[in-house]
Amino acid sequence: MADKSKSVTAQDNEDILVLEGVSKIYGELKALNNVDLKVKKGEWVAIMGPSGSGKSTMMNIIGGMDKASEGRVILDGMDITKESAKSLTNIRRDKIGLIFQQFHMVNYLTAVENVMVAQYYHSMPDEEEALQALDRVGLKERAKHYPSQLSGGEQQRVCIARALINYPKILLADEPTGNLDETNENVVVEIFRQLHNEGSTIIVVTHDPEVAAVAERTIVLEHGRITKNIINHNDYSKPINLRDYEGLSDEMLLGKG
Amino acid sequence: MKRSSFYFKMVTGALLRKRSRMLVALLAIAVGATIVSGLMTIYYDIPRQLTRELRSYGANMVVTPADGTKLTYEEIETIRALLPAENTVGTAPYRYETVTLNSQPVTAAGTQMNEAAATSPYWNISGEWAADDSSIMLGSKVAQLVNAKVGQNVELEADNGAGEGVKNTYTVSGIVETGGSEENFIFMTDTALDSFMGDTDSFDTLECSISLQGDELSGLAERINSSSDRVNARLVKRVTESEGTVLTKLQALILIVTIVIIVLTMISVATTMTAVVTERRREIGLKKAIGASNREITTEFLGQGIFLGVCGGILGVVLGFLFAQYVSNSVFFRSVSFIWGLVPVTILSSVAVTAVACLIPMRSATNIDPALVLKGE
Ligand SMILES: Nc1ncnc2c1ncn2[C@@H]1O[C@H](COP(=O)(O)OP(=O)(O)OP(=O)(O)O)[C@@H](O)[C@H]1O
Ligand SMILES: [Mg+2]
Repeated sequence: MADKSKSVTAQDNEDILVLEGVSKIYGELKALNNVDLKVKKGEWVAIMGPSGSGKSTMMNIIGGMDKASEGRVILDGMDITKESAKSLTNIRRDKIGLIFQQFHMVNYLTAVENVMVAQYYHSMPDEEEALQALDRVGLKERAKHYPSQLSGGEQQRVCIARALINYPKILLADEPTGNLDETNENVVVEIFRQLHNEGSTIIVVTHDPEVAAVAERTIVLEHGRITKNIINHNDYSKPINLRDYEGLSDEMLLGKG
Repeated sequence: MKRSSFYFKMVTGALLRKRSRMLVALLAIAVGATIVSGLMTIYYDIPRQLTRELRSYGANMVVTPADGTKLTYEEIETIRALLPAENTVGTAPYRYETVTLNSQPVTAAGTQMNEAAATSPYWNISGEWAADDSSIMLGSKVAQLVNAKVGQNVELEADNGAGEGVKNTYTVSGIVETGGSEENFIFMTDTALDSFMGDTDSFDTLECSISLQGDELSGLAERINSSSDRVNARLVKRVTESEGTVLTKLQALILIVTIVIIVLTMISVATTMTAVVTERRREIGLKKAIGASNREITTEFLGQGIFLGVCGGILGVVLGFLFAQYVSNSVFFRSVSFIWGLVPVTILSSVAVTAVACLIPMRSATNIDPALVLKGE
């Protein structure tokens, strides 16, 4: 484990994301407390931690939707803590793909149009390309369906297609499987595996020990601090079946580290 | 797909999605536009409507000859040619002569009966208008004085221009009641008075009833005055001023009502759009999270506002005309003409009103925090 973290430091130029002493302070509360983190290009990182430990806060700061109270966030070589709200919007648009627990689809647009929304804000809506993106999450047949006609798992896959459509530098998923059953959870994780194999950088917040175990590295947040950094050794050459994964045990996660 | 057509899709999609809310907003705009365009139609039509209406109160311009002279038939026609035909309700020339009836001196007025009827529609005739040169009408005071009835024959005497005594017998065709000094006169056709007096070309005044107001009317009087030194046209102030006051007050009233309605429409649209923003917080937060700029959020909202404004405006134009037509028919008993110029004015102003009403909701939309989408509200 120590070796691995050393190698991350050694290849600074490959870090797509660096957090240096990041804190987020709400009055008395330190939602994030002096967090240091490096994520390599193409890395698949899971973040775990009890409710209220600051996971979403961290995702918001990495994704340029919130500002750190202290510290620096360097995304793709750029210190985003200094950027204006307007340029943060551009950063979100150009560099970040977002996936949420609540799916968040625009409910008056069809599946394919929901993907095209991201293209629209980015540059040009391109239906052909949006359909291809739906195809790769296995939803081409459902392209003309409205969110109300889609299951939760299908909606989440549309959201993944939307998050990927503009080739983001980094994919941020906050509890993407939180509202899904086992089967759909597996589908989403399998998509992540394929994306990982294609070189996408993925940061996924999860409460699910199996989903955390599938990632290359699992970070544990407690009271706004990173308390664990666990390297998992997984074989990504064949499709993932979450049942084969033994979730990270409570001892591993919360035990005396 | 082009960017603009996707934009259109999002704007209309959002409108259709919140159908009931949008119908409320649309209704508010349509009702506002209806009343405003209706009132504007009436506003522009009122002078036309009421000026005609008010013309029943008699002549509003009188043309007289220079001191000590008379107007000739030729001059009467020259003046008539100067008047705008479509606004001329009537032009009655009058010749006044003193005659004796039953040894009482009375004023006899010679005029063209159809023109007198047009300029003075308020005259109340018992019997008939004097149709030929052997008939006369008596003012009600004169009739009372000599105790004459319709159908009776009366004898008039006078000294003609050459100083000779003349007399002739006429049939009383009607008794004239006006509530004014005309009741002391005898009325006969101009040709009858001419042949009685033995000369022509001796009119004293030309009474005109013109359906024009204010500057247009005084401009007309000036044109007549400058056309010849021999004539003097002046407005009957009592009539023209009260007409003007009535019109100005009515128009002011309409303007005030219009402003009130515009303000009410704005409040209603602003309230609805604010509710829409609140309901769509998540969607707006999501769009911002995936990279929509404030400008794009604003443009989408503005697009919806403009769409509503155009639809409401078009509805307003159509319904407004029907509304104006109804009001005009039931109040003025005449129909209004469709004012094409009001079409763009109504549509543009409802778009403007809607856009202004959307300003505050748009502000709160841009203030929405994209971070809320991760908060799992
Ligand atoms: N806008 C805010 N103002 C004040 N406190 C906040 C705000 N946002 C978050 N917090 C607090 O910061 C802490 C971390 O919140 P955060 O949402 O990051 O937790 P989390 O780890 O994502 O929890 P969960 O697993 O329940 O999603 C919580 O105690 C929360 O109450
Ligand atoms: Mg959270």
